[in-house]
Amino acid sequence: MHVIGELSAVLATALFIFALYWMGDPKTARRGVIAGVTGMAVAVLATWIQPEIIHHGWIVLAIVAGFAVGIPLSRVPLTAVPQRTALSHAFGGLAAGLVGTAEYFLWLGDPAGAHFTPFRTGALVVEVILGFLTFTGSLMAAGKLQEVRWIPQRPVTYPGQNFVNLGVLGLAAALGVVLVLNPTAAWSGQVFIAIGALALIFGVLLIIPIGGADMPTVISILNAYAGLAAVAMGFVLDSKLLVTAGALDGSSGLILSIIMCRAMNRSFTNVLFGAFGKAQPALVAGEQKAWKQETVEGAAQLLEQARTVVIIPGYGMAVAQAQHKVRELYDALTKRGVTVKFAIHPVAGRMPGHMNVLLAEANIPYSALVEMDEINPEMPQTDVALVLGANDVVNPSARYAKSTPIYGMPIIDADKAKTVIAVKRSKNPGFAGIDNELYTLDNTWMLFGDAKAVLAELVKQFGSGGIH
Amino acid sequence: MTDFGSMLFVFVLATFIGLGVIRRVSRLLYTPLMSLTNAISAIAVVGSIVVTGADHPLTIRILGAVALFASMTNIVSGFMITDRMLKMFKKQ
Repeated sequence: MHVIGELSAVLATALFIFALYWMGDPKTARRGVIAGVTGMAVAVLATWIQPEIIHHGWIVLAIVAGFAVGIPLSRVPLTAVPQRTALSHAFGGLAAGLVGTAEYFLWLGDPAGAHFTPFRTGALVVEVILGFLTFTGSLMAAGKLQEVRWIPQRPVTYPGQNFVNLGVLGLAAALGVVLVLNPTAAWSGQVFIAIGALALIFGVLLIIPIGGADMPTVISILNAYAGLAAVAMGFVLDSKLLVTAGALDGSSGLILSIIMCRAMNRSFTNVLFGAFGKAQPALVAGEQKAWKQETVEGAAQLLEQARTVVIIPGYGMAVAQAQHKVRELYDALTKRGVTVKFAIHPVAGRMPGHMNVLLAEANIPYSALVEMDEINPEMPQTDVALVLGANDVVNPSARYAKSTPIYGMPIIDADKAKTVIAVKRSKNPGFAGIDNELYTLDNTWMLFGDAKAVLAELVKQFGSGGIH
Repeated sequence: MTDFGSMLFVFVLATFIGLGVIRRVSRLLYTPLMSLTNAISAIAVVGSIVVTGADHPLTIRILGAVALFASMTNIVSGFMITDRMLKMFKKQ
C-alpha cells in the first residue's frame, strides 16, 4: 500500500509539471488540463484506498458538494473570472487553515504526543496564518471585484493603518513563536485559536486599502500565498507531493506578481502598503485644455481611411461587455483591408491576462493580440489608435509627471499614433483620479458613451453603406 | 517520518522547476495559468481526505469535510474553467 502511495505521488508530480510545461503555447495548452486532471485523479484515488480511510460516506458527500458548487463556478461569464479566481484562492486558503487546525488538535489529543517537533509546529503555524489570511483577504478581493454593496470599492485608508496591520501580523507571529516553544501547555489550544483569529482579521485589513487598479497584482500575491499555504501543509503532513504542487502554485503567483509590479513600476510593499488609487489631489494643471469631441460618422471615416489600426482595450471594455462588438468592428475593418492589432498592457483589466481571455472569447485570433513591448515600436507608424475603456495605461504623464502615482509605469504609446480615437464612458478622470492629457492632444478625438453602444454605432456605419 | 532537511530540499528544487516552467508560459495565457495552478494546488485534497476519512473525533472530521469540499470545488471549477478558456484561443 505504501509503495502505491509513493509511486502515485511521483506520477502526479510529473504530470503537474508537464501540465504547466504545456501552457507554454496555446496550441498545446489543453493537453496540460488533461495532464492535470489525470495527476489529480491518481493522487486522490491512491489516498482514498489507504486502509486507514474508513468513513467513505463523508468523503463522497464532500466530493459531491464540491462538484455541485464547482460546476456552476466554472460557467461564470468571462468578465467575472477575476472574482472567481479570488474566490478559489479563498477556498484554497480555507482548506489549508482548516486542515492545519484539525491536525493541531489531533496532535494535542494524542497521548503519545511525539508530533510536535519545532519544525513541524512552525510549519503548522505558518500554514494556519497563511491559510486564514488568504481566506479572508481573497474573500474581500472577490467582494470588491463583484462590487458587493457592503464592501467599499474605493481604498479605505486611515492614519496609522500600516502600523495596525503590521501589529496584527506581528502579534500572530509572536504567538506562533510561543506555540512552537510550548506546543502542549494547558493554554496552548487558546493560543492556537488566537493565531487563527488574528490571521483572519489580518486578511481583511490587508485588502481594505486596495483599489481596483491594483487588483491584478493583489490577485497574483494572494495566489502566491495560497501556494505557500499548501507548501506549509505539505511540511505538516509530511507529503512531498503537496510541497511540490504548492511550490509550483507559489512560484507561479510569485512570477505573476513580479510581472504585474514591474508593469506598474511599483514594489510589493508599495502595492500592499501604499494604498494606490486613493483620490490624489488634482494636478496643478496650468490651463485646462479642452477635449475635441468627434461624431461616430467622423470616427468611422478615420478608421476606414487608415491602413493600420491598433485597438487598446482596458477595463472599460470588460465592464461594458463590449468584446463581441469589438469583434464586429475587427471584422468590418479587416474586410476593408485595414490591418487591425490589439495592444495588451500587462495590467489592463482586473487580473493577469484578463484582456486576452475576453478577446479570445469573442473569437479574435490570438495572433492579433500584441504585447506592449512589441507594439510600442510600431505606434509611430500607426494611423489610428483606438483607446477602448483604457485610461492609466495610455496616460503620457506616466513618463514625466513625478507627482502622479503612475509615474514611471510603462505605457502603451497611444499618443505617438497619427490619430487617436478615445472611447470613454464619462468626462470624469479615470479610476486613479489622474487627468489624462492624451485626451486633449491635438491629434486626439473623443467619443463619449458606453463602449458597447459606441462600437455598435461604429459598426453600423460600416454596415449601412454610409461608408464605402 | 522524513526529516525536515529533505522536505526543504524538495521545496527548493520544486520552486526552481516552477520558476523555470512558469517563465516559459505564454503571456496570452496568464488567466488560464492562474486557474490551472489553483486547481493543481488543490492537491491539498489528499490531506483533507485523510482528516475526514480516518477514525478521528467528530469535530475533526467536520473540519476535514469542509476542507475537502473547498479543495474539491477548486479542482472541479479550476480544471473546467481552464479548459473552457483555452478552447477559445484560436490562431485564425
